[in-house]
Amino acid sequence: MAHEHKLEIFRGLWKFKSNTQKIWGVLAFLCVVTAIEVVLGIMKPEILTDTYFLGMKLLNWIFIILTLVKAYYIAWDFMHLRDEKTALRRAIVWTPIFLVLYLVFILLFEADYVYNVYKDGFVTWNF
Amino acid sequence: MDSTVATGSEENVWGGGNKPLGASYGKLMMWFFLVSDALTFSGLLAAYGFSRFKFIETWPIADEVFTHVPFVHGNFPMIYVAFMTLILIISSVTMVLAVDAGHRMKKNAVIWYMFLTIIGGAIFVGSQAWEWATFIKGDFGALETKGGRILQFVNADTGERAAIADFATTIESERVNHEKKNGVWYYEGQALPSYSLNEVIAGVKANSNIQIRTEAIIQEGEGQGEKTLLSREETLTKLNDAVQVVEGANLIQNEYGSRLFADFFFFITGFHGFHVTSGVVINLIIFFNVVLGTYEKRGHYEMVEKVGLYWHFVDLVWVFVFTFFYLV
Repeated sequence: MAHEHKLEIFRGLWKFKSNTQKIWGVLAFLCVVTAIEVVLGIMKPEILTDTYFLGMKLLNWIFIILTLVKAYYIAWDFMHLRDEKTALRRAIVWTPIFLVLYLVFILLFEADYVYNVYKDGFVTWNF
Repeated sequence: MDSTVATGSEENVWGGGNKPLGASYGKLMMWFFLVSDALTFSGLLAAYGFSRFKFIETWPIADEVFTHVPFVHGNFPMIYVAFMTLILIISSVTMVLAVDAGHRMKKNAVIWYMFLTIIGGAIFVGSQAWEWATFIKGDFGALETKGGRILQFVNADTGERAAIADFATTIESERVNHEKKNGVWYYEGQALPSYSLNEVIAGVKANSNIQIRTEAIIQEGEGQGEKTLLSREETLTKLNDAVQVVEGANLIQNEYGSRLFADFFFFITGFHGFHVTSGVVINLIIFFNVVLGTYEKRGHYEMVEKVGLYWHFVDLVWVFVFTFFYLV
């Protein structure tokens, strides 16, 4: 059984002496990210809520990116995908990513269309 | 080189000896399951996104829905969910530590870390049950219109939400709950709300500082991102549309706004809570196996690693649920 662990995160910027230390390091990082999310969620800075990018508030984009960052470290270090064979890791990661992007693209596009039908079409819903 | 080359001819393939991609049969199957489960959750969350984009201008604002913390009164948006997230991440960490201790064959360390993981899971499930109970019970109460829209109330003097219990007038009348025995068919009437529609309407008319807040979110200009507040005259006109009083939320009614919001809340957090619950049960089984020394005899703690994968997956899903339900 392969018990060797890759003991560095952030592409080697942060190196650890043992696997246990790495786990605590990742926990610290995840807590910081969650704290940033919560603080942003409570404060809701106007610059971020008033700026739109691709039809969504900048703040929401930040939340989604931070979520993906957290997901990456949970999968890579807690589920030790970092230590698995490259082929296994790619099979596990890219299959759902492809399918989910596809589904999300279709559903959100369709939803926006339905929204416009409600808004501009002859559908009464607010009575 | 990460590519796999089968070496050795003595491997017992059917006994699990051959490991494609360097992962044992059990671990690989766990990953199969996790990938398919991830797709199920993605389906639910994508459906949530669909409904939300469909009603983008009227969707409830999560900050105004989840504002409670157990044992404390007041308005604390997000604090409790953040706490739940933290609990789940920490229990994930104790799980990795258990796996790590398992690799080094330290039985007692595995026992302790598994124990802490189970406690963390139990706290999370308990918190979620509390969150459900609070959500179902409701806060302020609201009126529902013929079109199924929700009308909430605001006290114009303070700008705070007004609970129907605070301003509704009491009108003496006989309010009868429809019972099964009186029905043509075996239906029971809905539970009566604490105040009847007429009492709430009379209350609004009597208190000149009560105004209606509609579901519509202001898109531009002053108060952008907040719900629309009707003037006093508009409030009195709008009252005519109301058909019933709504308190709390269930699969059919939702005092916080769009019914779909409550439906998805119950389905997604419910499905996730079910995963956490089964995770706790599986962890318990493995915990007892560790205590009994099953894996010590087997020579490796791979079972702990496998349930660990499941447990982290549950944490991973929560990270997404947290973002899409509470933050975005």
